[in-house]
Amino acid sequence: MALWKPDPSFYPSAKMAMQAPPERHAYVAALHPQGSGKPDAICVVDLDPQSATYCQVVNKLELPYEGDELHHFGWNACSSALCPYAPHPHLERRYLIVPGLRSSRIYIIDTKPDPLRPQIVRTLEPEEVIGKSGYSRPHTVHCGPDAIYISAMGSANGDDGPGGIFMLDHFSFNVVGPWELQRGDQELAYDFWWHLAEDVLISSEWAKPPQFENGLVPEELLANKYGHRIHFWDLRKRKLEQSVDIGAHHQMLLELRPAHDPTKSYGFAGVVISTEDLSASIWAWRRENGQWLMEKIITIPPVPAEEDDLPPALKPFKAVPPLVTDIDLSLDDRFLYVSCWGTGELHQYDVSDPLNPKLTGKVAIGGIVGKKGHPKNAGPLLGAPQMVEISRDGRRVYFTNSLYSTWDDQFYPEGMGGWMVKVDVEEDGGMSLDPDFFIDFGEIRVHQVRLEGGDASTDSYCFSS
Amino acid sequence: MATLPPILTASLPEPIGSWLAIVALGAFHGLNPGMGWLFALSRGLQQQSGRVVWISLLPIAAGHAAAIGAVVLLVFAGLQFFSLQRIQWLTAALLLAFGAYKLRNYYRHPRWVGMKVGYGALFLWSFLMASAHGAGLMLVPALLGVAAVHDAGHAHHAGMAMSSGGSLAVAVVVHTAAMLLVMGIVAWIVYRKVGLAVLRKQWINFDLIWAIALLVAGAIALAMALAH
Repeated sequence: MALWKPDPSFYPSAKMAMQAPPERHAYVAALHPQGSGKPDAICVVDLDPQSATYCQVVNKLELPYEGDELHHFGWNACSSALCPYAPHPHLERRYLIVPGLRSSRIYIIDTKPDPLRPQIVRTLEPEEVIGKSGYSRPHTVHCGPDAIYISAMGSANGDDGPGGIFMLDHFSFNVVGPWELQRGDQELAYDFWWHLAEDVLISSEWAKPPQFENGLVPEELLANKYGHRIHFWDLRKRKLEQSVDIGAHHQMLLELRPAHDPTKSYGFAGVVISTEDLSASIWAWRRENGQWLMEKIITIPPVPAEEDDLPPALKPFKAVPPLVTDIDLSLDDRFLYVSCWGTGELHQYDVSDPLNPKLTGKVAIGGIVGKKGHPKNAGPLLGAPQMVEISRDGRRVYFTNSLYSTWDDQFYPEGMGGWMVKVDVEEDGGMSLDPDFFIDFGEIRVHQVRLEGGDASTDSYCFSS
Repeated sequence: MATLPPILTASLPEPIGSWLAIVALGAFHGLNPGMGWLFALSRGLQQQSGRVVWISLLPIAAGHAAAIGAVVLLVFAGLQFFSLQRIQWLTAALLLAFGAYKLRNYYRHPRWVGMKVGYGALFLWSFLMASAHGAGLMLVPALLGVAAVHDAGHAHHAGMAMSSGGSLAVAVVVHTAAMLLVMGIVAWIVYRKVGLAVLRKQWINFDLIWAIALLVAGAIALAMALAH
């Protein structure tokens, strides 16, 4: 049990982690829509090109209950365990912490001894999670230096806010309790991450459970009732320091990607849709004179479309919104990947100069109107680039196509099935779909991808080089 | 105590042995990345200044010294009221119990969050880490060895108390100096020579070794009590 040397997948800095060996397999959250009578699963995908089962689902761990709605998940421990103020270098990156976004259940899944055959070793039942954390609908999981942090969309009493963040004990996986000591007027929750070296936690806003569980509520969207603020917290004092409102029409401020290098205190946030012009946008945060600033650095316009080609919710607009639902930043803080789940594109931007991004690559697949196929599957393909994951060396990008069961059905009403593809990245920018990599999951939908040994949205680093 | 195995009797801390133990434990505490040099190094890297590395070591050493000093005060006060042997028994019991606890929970550390700390907080952090891990307690058998020289065979009187107090104060300084020296050397080697990659391969499980060291110190304290 006790390790004598640190877990070999822990790296002091992002730069060192880029030298890590390529991932040999991925864990993929897979879900059956509610009412299907089938449980969700964690699928294991073989990513080792030398293997006979490369590019196949080699195992499917079915969960014991129905209707969990797997979404995001994460590792129990990562490179943050080397952070000097609370080093736990002999923890193992071994367990997947897998929340059910709908059920508020959390599964602890052991990837040893056989990483291809993970097993559930503990289930935190909804009563325990909600009772001890004060929150419901757990979402993002981050391995912190001192605990496992999890954001949650709802409060304990269900539909009313506030959503927030709670902690799990690193070793026992018991729910420690809510994280915030002073939350100010923060109500909505979604994603969070941090600048560990600055003692800053950043959180974003999606919506309250009634605004998403049964699908996007158009009236609420047009009334700008979804989240449009970003919050900057004191990580030590667990206190809200500053909130920035980026404008009410910028609806759904979701994924947060701080720079991996701890000497940099900027990062990127994606906004799904503007109610003024249906565009999506990417924003960068930075600190000047002690104040956090948000600046819109990328605007992605909607694409005009025939009414007949659009799902009912979009018909009145005669256009497809890009719907930026996920973004991901490579470990060298150089390339930002942006999923346009509406228009069916993945964009790659060079963000070396964070306020002046340059579009360096694009791939097209799926999309509400285009439904564009893949060299391995002529299509039409439903869904579009959604959850993106980047290999540690930055040369491979994987993505899946499902957003959230009820939202999938609104935007892709023909009935989406799950698929996962891979993109090969050129060293200095530019990318293309790997023509041989297409995994068809059938009717089961797939969401977050976690790579063996860590990836670009798991580990945090306390050292810069 | 004729029944004690010779190896244990031979290792009983004579004054010189006690002083050596105080220095060796200083080096051991200094070597442990969790006791401070890594924190100092990360501050220097974050602020891109070698000077910050070296300066940060000072409040860390001071915090460690304060934690040891607090234990020394307890030992000194104890010696005024109780016999050396009784203190030895108590030390042995505490060390063995705490060592057994740490052996099962070696991976647990006091909760601390915060990289962006000033020198005051760094002092506090070091004090907290040293105290919670029993750095001072680990030192008590050696401290008793030092104090006992003045105590042996005599009734308590003021002069003896003063000189054993003086020795104990010197022990804190010697221990901390050894710790600071080793921290400085290790930080220098990592910072200037080998780089942080060394952490991945060479960071052995100090937490587990620490728990074992507590048990060994407890065994020595027990042997001292039995030999008395």
